[in-house]
Amino acid sequence: MTQPLTLLDKLWDAHEILRRDDGASLLWVDRHLVHEGSHHAFAKIGQKQIRVKEPNLTFGVLDHYVPTNRVGIQIDPSIPRMMQTLRDNAAMHGFKLFDMTHQNQGIVHVIGPELGLTLPGLLVNCGDSHTSTHGAFGTLAFGIGATEVAHVLATQTIWQRKPRAMRIKVEGTLGPSVTAKDIALNWISLLGADGARGHALEYAGSTIEALSMEGRMTLCNLSIEGGARFGMIAPDQVTFDYVKNRRYAPKGQKLEEAIETWSDLKSDADAYFDREITLRAEHIAPTVTWGTSPEQAAPVTATIPALESFDASKAEAAKAALEYMGLEAGKPLIGTPVDQIFIGSCTNGRIEDLRAAAEVLQGRRAVIPGLISPGSLKIKAMAEAEGLDEVFKGAGLEWAGAGCSMCVGMNGDLVAAGKRCASSTNRNFRGRQGIGARTHLMSPAMVAAAAVTGIICDVRALLSGKAN
Amino acid sequence: MGGWYHIAGITAYLPKANVDTDQLIPARFMSVPRSEGYADYLLHDLRRDADGQLDPSFPLNTDKTPSVLIAKRNFGSGSSREAAVYALVDAGFQAVIAPSFGDIFSSNAVNNGLLPLRLREEDHAAFVDCHQAQPDMPAEIDLKTCRLSLGSFEREFTLDETSRLKLINGWDDIDMTEQYLSSIESYREQTCHSTPWAWLQG
Repeated sequence: MTQPLTLLDKLWDAHEILRRDDGASLLWVDRHLVHEGSHHAFAKIGQKQIRVKEPNLTFGVLDHYVPTNRVGIQIDPSIPRMMQTLRDNAAMHGFKLFDMTHQNQGIVHVIGPELGLTLPGLLVNCGDSHTSTHGAFGTLAFGIGATEVAHVLATQTIWQRKPRAMRIKVEGTLGPSVTAKDIALNWISLLGADGARGHALEYAGSTIEALSMEGRMTLCNLSIEGGARFGMIAPDQVTFDYVKNRRYAPKGQKLEEAIETWSDLKSDADAYFDREITLRAEHIAPTVTWGTSPEQAAPVTATIPALESFDASKAEAAKAALEYMGLEAGKPLIGTPVDQIFIGSCTNGRIEDLRAAAEVLQGRRAVIPGLISPGSLKIKAMAEAEGLDEVFKGAGLEWAGAGCSMCVGMNGDLVAAGKRCASSTNRNFRGRQGIGARTHLMSPAMVAAAAVTGIICDVRALLSGKAN
Repeated sequence: MGGWYHIAGITAYLPKANVDTDQLIPARFMSVPRSEGYADYLLHDLRRDADGQLDPSFPLNTDKTPSVLIAKRNFGSGSSREAAVYALVDAGFQAVIAPSFGDIFSSNAVNNGLLPLRLREEDHAAFVDCHQAQPDMPAEIDLKTCRLSLGSFEREFTLDETSRLKLINGWDDIDMTEQYLSSIESYREQTCHSTPWAWLQG
């Protein structure tokens, strides 16, 4: 009898060219995505006078530094310089680049799936920690540093030790306005921001199967915030339907063959996981972060935890986080005044996210300023065709171009010191959205609810009167 | 990059958990070419007060030249930015000792000769006590025996063999991979036939 395998085993075995005696595997990389931040890696191969090995499997996009309002180029000379460096590298090495105004431009982890570059069974690398997003397709996808990016550019392979396998099962039906974002913040708050360190995470169970591809991408995206470099979900009909007719996806006979192969990409019934936990969907509420680490999160209806409730290793960090955030332990989260909002990012900048926000904003006015940046120009066009932009603008919010924008603040979209931002992004780190900025992570609908009330509030109260 | 197997270095203690790579180097400095040096950006905002002046009470703002950083859990979590490692290396660090590290940070560290040394929480606490009792005593780290010592403290630590060999030998992966080019080429050819759908349609 053959040994039962995990999805991780199957993906790993399919890409392993060889394994050295020290335990490192040399893996084949099917897709390598690069962005402006990859400049260190290009400089490294430049020094060695090496050319990109497989330009046809390498795709570049301007996302991290792109001004979302497209007029901010004069703010900081490093912004146009970073963008030009990537253009120069794309031209020199002959790989495809989606420039600022290209119809396929957008955040690298949004456009990969959108264009069918991301497929089940592939190995996808990108010099960005949120590369775990692509794992939603049953893809071996992980973020890498500049030295590793240079290695992939030079050889189309990567050295990697196989991580341990971990599975998070979620069973049951999510309540109204409870999303993939809430599942993620929930498990990260339970297990810690290093809870899945050293593991590749597989998400499974009836709740996960019921998620759309957008939801699955949000969940896999946030794996790294719980310490896992890899997040993955076995592909199914939902996945295959999403992939069909995408720009770079296989078509016709090739697609049929592919789907046959992809259908085997799931963990065998008795496969061994080094670690496994099961969550109940009914126990998950709309969740909000109150601190400066994604693990510092709680149901919106809860109070900020008392410092005594933490074990010694976490109490000091909680105290420092509350001081930075200007919050008090024991106080309710609901009612915390918010200064501004942001909706976008590789976590929650997809069409489903914009629709959820628009449902809340429809017929309402925001009482605080806010920026909405779609994850890609395709999503922007789709949202505009559906009239969502009118809802956002009608609510008094700014509707901008696509890019990483205020999630990382490299393009000049920043939150001012001391200001509190309700944000659909992935990191509430100290200073992440700007020096002294205070970030509360939550789902797009929850952000929209904060926009119309000016406080952290429970979106379910706003939607209860609406048909949903 | 040269390798190393033994260091005796002054330690600095940063008593903060979850020091993510956004803290290690804020995003706004990441467009700087490496050749200009990253030392000044290390923990840039954490080590300064509201007016942008270096805070004299911050552990790294000292005349000593520490090469071993003692940190707390989940050090280097977050963004994959290798610039976080550049900042540590350019500031003279060769090792960081913590109960846990971000996985991507660990890879990046080893690729730049920086040892991410993981100690169990209780060993870490004992190590911090020893450091605080004798703050000027250098810590000794040996990669051949995987031993860490400081005064009366001595422990073996675990480090995967790949990282250990890379740190000792200062290997450059691109050079190392050259010897496997024929294996890569035959894998490539084989997948062209076995998984045609994985190749782009143009």
